[in-house]
Amino acid sequence: MAYAFFLGCIAPLRYPGIESATRVVFDKLGVEYRDIKGFSCCPAPGVTRSFSEETWLVVGARNLALAEKEGLDVVVICNGCYGSLFDVAHILNGDEEKRNKINAILKEEDGLAYTGKYKVKHFADVLYNEVGVDKIKQLCEAQQPYNVAIHYGCHFLKPSKHKKVDDPERPTILEDLVEAVGAVNIDYKEKQMCCGAGGGVRARNKDLSMKLTKTKLDNMKDANAEMIIDICPFCHLQFDIGQAELGEGYGMPVMHLSQLYGMAFGLPKDKLGIELHKTPVNL
Amino acid sequence: MSEFIEPNTEFSKEVAKRAGNTFNLCFQCGTCTGSCASGYFTAFRTRKVVRMAQLGLPTVLESDDLWACTTCYTCYERCPRGVDIPEIIFAIRNMAVEKGYMGEAHRKTAGFLLKTGHMVPINDEIKKTRQHLGLEEVPDTTLANPKALSSVQRLMMAMHFDELIGTKEE
Repeated sequence: MAYAFFLGCIAPLRYPGIESATRVVFDKLGVEYRDIKGFSCCPAPGVTRSFSEETWLVVGARNLALAEKEGLDVVVICNGCYGSLFDVAHILNGDEEKRNKINAILKEEDGLAYTGKYKVKHFADVLYNEVGVDKIKQLCEAQQPYNVAIHYGCHFLKPSKHKKVDDPERPTILEDLVEAVGAVNIDYKEKQMCCGAGGGVRARNKDLSMKLTKTKLDNMKDANAEMIIDICPFCHLQFDIGQAELGEGYGMPVMHLSQLYGMAFGLPKDKLGIELHKTPVNL
Repeated sequence: MSEFIEPNTEFSKEVAKRAGNTFNLCFQCGTCTGSCASGYFTAFRTRKVVRMAQLGLPTVLESDDLWACTTCYTCYERCPRGVDIPEIIFAIRNMAVEKGYMGEAHRKTAGFLLKTGHMVPINDEIKKTRQHLGLEEVPDTTLANPKALSSVQRLMMAMHFDELIGTKEE
């Protein structure tokens, strides 16, 4: 089963190494993906959904309908994109009146339609449930023996009532996925706490946003983490730039799971873009 | 001395119309507030937002604290009554924005979305970096497809998003 590869904004436009690493990792793992012409922003839930639920629904539905036209499920590499596209699909699937209204506008515009026939998946879900830990272990060429602080982010698991990916308070998917390539999962205080970037808070209230980030970074450091592993470019940005801005010498490189896997599978370093990070990755 | 406040049932009805009426299930236990990371650092009280929705107190629209929520969903996960608090916050934020209460940084970001189809702008440095990584210089999204961009723009305008973000903050 191939996927429509949904890029979002922060990966392609701020951390293109995440996009590039995901492509080579998908190739290595045999995950088929296709690029779809004309996708837009998911659109980002923090600002768009806070401003106008209807705009958020229609722009999200257009992205879903473009994938549907190609007969493909969607794969995302960002919790924000997952928070939008999964939730838009969930709302439209459960509300015929809203779905008809949105479809009437889409049809008039592009002849597009959203029917709910295809799924939205997060790439960590695809790696865990479709590729599987065993295959990942087999393909691992270079063990990554670092103490890693896993950051799930919020919208991969929650709202768990709809997403049903894993337990929102005590998940294990990412622990299994990092241990598959030899990394050591470090438990730390408030592990499930938000990075501080979401909901439009980074843009509107930087001070508050950084307080959350600092709390998480302090807790990770106290637990002797050598590296932060995320599955969301926005959390990634928050921890990577956040460490530089806070200037407290945390020295914990921030890696999107795709980049960790790129290293573990021995894929070309010039495709992983880790030298672009603000917090240096000296491993 | 405390003053009596007349509940504004119209306001409650409007929130219910947009977010469902799960806020009527809230018995003010405060699990949400106790679980709220933003509330730990600020005066933002999730329980109070839900109470204001119940009582119909439109002053909640003017509150800066309304924008402290990171939408992490921990409150919703832990609520013993299943109140969809993030949904309520989104609805109240929508109503606030319609009245012109919006942060300048948010308005600017919303403007990028309308102008480019993305929330994050592209620049020459990123184009060069993308090329070095072996990616297309400009991703094949609305950024490289003017037709796709105008379609997104028309959809947004069908929802009057352009008028919405043209409103000045009061």
